[in-house]
Amino acid sequence: MESTAVPSDLLAPRRRLRAEEKLYVASQWRLMWLHFKRHKVAMIGLGVVSFMYLIALFHGFVAPFEKMTRLGSYVFMPPTPLHFYDGEKFSLRPFVYGVEQGLDPTRKFRVFQEDRSVKYPIRFFVHGDKYRLLGLFESDTHLFGVEEAGVASLLGTDSLGRDVFSRVIYGSAISLSIGLMGVIASFILGATLGGVSGYYGGAVDNIIQRVIEFLISVPTIPLWMALAAAVPIDWPATRIYFMITLILSLAGWCGLARIVRSKILELREQDFVMAARLSGSSSWQIITRHMLPSTMSYLIVHMTMAIPGMMLGETALSFLGLGLRRPVVSWGVMLYDTMNVAVVLSRPWIMWPAVFVVLFVLAFNFMGDGLRDAADPYKA
Amino acid sequence: MGQVLEIAVVRAYVGRRFIYMLLLLVMSSMLSFLIITLPPGDFLSHYLVGIGSQDAFYTEVELDAMRRAFGLDRPWFVQYAKWMGRLVLHGDMGRSFRYLRLVNEMIVERLPMTLVVSFMTMFVTYIVAIPIGIYSALRQYSLGDYAATFAGFIGASTPNFLIALVFMLYGYQLFGISVGGLWSPELGDAPWDWVKVVDLLKHLPVPLLVIGLSGTAWLIRTMRAMLLDELRKPYVQTARAKGLKEGKLLFKYPIRLALLPIVSTIGWSLPGIFSGATIVGIVLDLPTIGPLMFEALWGEDMFLASSCILITCTLTLIGTFISDLLLAWLDPRIRYD
Repeated sequence: MESTAVPSDLLAPRRRLRAEEKLYVASQWRLMWLHFKRHKVAMIGLGVVSFMYLIALFHGFVAPFEKMTRLGSYVFMPPTPLHFYDGEKFSLRPFVYGVEQGLDPTRKFRVFQEDRSVKYPIRFFVHGDKYRLLGLFESDTHLFGVEEAGVASLLGTDSLGRDVFSRVIYGSAISLSIGLMGVIASFILGATLGGVSGYYGGAVDNIIQRVIEFLISVPTIPLWMALAAAVPIDWPATRIYFMITLILSLAGWCGLARIVRSKILELREQDFVMAARLSGSSSWQIITRHMLPSTMSYLIVHMTMAIPGMMLGETALSFLGLGLRRPVVSWGVMLYDTMNVAVVLSRPWIMWPAVFVVLFVLAFNFMGDGLRDAADPYKA
Repeated sequence: MGQVLEIAVVRAYVGRRFIYMLLLLVMSSMLSFLIITLPPGDFLSHYLVGIGSQDAFYTEVELDAMRRAFGLDRPWFVQYAKWMGRLVLHGDMGRSFRYLRLVNEMIVERLPMTLVVSFMTMFVTYIVAIPIGIYSALRQYSLGDYAATFAGFIGASTPNFLIALVFMLYGYQLFGISVGGLWSPELGDAPWDWVKVVDLLKHLPVPLLVIGLSGTAWLIRTMRAMLLDELRKPYVQTARAKGLKEGKLLFKYPIRLALLPIVSTIGWSLPGIFSGATIVGIVLDLPTIGPLMFEALWGEDMFLASSCILITCTLTLIGTFISDLLLAWLDPRIRYD
């Protein structure tokens, strides 16, 4: 059989599309992005969130010390103030003064004072503690620091003389990733169970729906607490991390499964699904190849919104001593120390992880607000 | 004839919801029991580690005898069946190992305050959020709306246990009352009288505020969105065109319609409130069930822990059940299937 002639305009050089035309052929993701960009506060939120995740990724580099490094005898040292002006001249490069230790008049507490005779300028890309960048490359270069003899502890030190700022940075790797991991876990659970529930219907559907109803009606914190208390204390840190992630996602998948189910019920009646079935696709293929992709954008937005909740869950559990435990460093584990009111009142700087928790969740919620509006770009 | 049929349908619906609720109760009781018995070791091993006398006072034989006496050597479902049997037949939730007291007594001591705190929180949440939400929608993009939105975001983003912690730390300086607990320490065991009630009312605002904050923030946004949707509908314009006074129009139609789903789903806020009340109760050391459960979980005091979880779940399930009925009654569009 003779091949059909190729239409001539297919061979013609590609014409540049005008802006307006581009909008018509834009993908759904692009439309969402265009919509999202208009939301200024959401863009700021996105910026802050991405910045924090970036820092979490390169935590070893950004933190001036390793998470376990003890700064000698500098226990519960208040934050070291940064200076630009030394009384004589102004320098653009910030510096810290030396630290003098002494005892208070009752000779019970350590007090710290600035020693104005020595100046230690902040230097960038200094060498210090060894760490593994991204868990792969060994390195000892840090973003900033001061010479060996000086101490720059931006947010003070904790009960063992460890730098709070460095630990906040190290903790961000755990705190920020656990939300992400939890969301992935509940995404898999929710999409699978919701898909099965909607596609097969009948008894399977009924059972899954009852389980969901049950899990939704159980208050999450008590459930999480009970499950987390069941994790054996002597397990290795990674396994506890994994279990806590699973526990957090246990409550998270329900909402998603319901959405997937209702979408699948709606799609089941569509012509393209019928066509796929007639051409012999298996159920699994129809669900994964045809049905899930068409609900994907909505699902991803929905799941993104669940990240701060999971992160707060981890923080709450670790704060109570039921979640992650030392020597793992997460914001919740650091806040565990703040349970002792007397300690915090005289050393308020150990509350710093709380500030980062609120900052992250706030930025995330602002971003989520824009995402929700943008999730359905064909709406308006 | 139609009337009779409808009553039958409603009855069937209520009956079915009730059976569901019972089913969920059984599931939650099983789950709460299973979770407690899951971890390796039992109350005795925890207890011995706690008092640091592993082998000083008890021999292995004695320990085994104690385990048998407590029934700790049986598989979990046997223990569960026994516990459930006693609970259903005698209303007996067992005994706390640590305090050597009846669980029933311990729960009854704390139940009233748990209910007071939770339901007052719910009440305050709605009282505060609905007017603000209405204002926000009617004056969209005004300064007040922005302020409410921003405050709402802050409220929704700050975990309540952190706020509780901040109140614990600085509450005394800020308000001049001891935050923590629901009444001043010296009134701890005092019988209920006028002084104690006044003292309670002074202490209540902080926990209510802390527990209700995120719920309030969320509710303001929902109320605002619902009312905005309603205000954009053509009937509002029609009513205006026909010269209906603005105030009368708003309260008679859009606000009522927007309120309906919010008020009737009131029961759905219960899991969140109980959840918040648990952790805030622990931080503020309130005489509620939360802290009791926390301690029991730590020590694997299993009857006490299971009972606390069960009570919390039961309260939520009953609340949701009532709310479902309310919803069906208020909104005739709900299908009874």
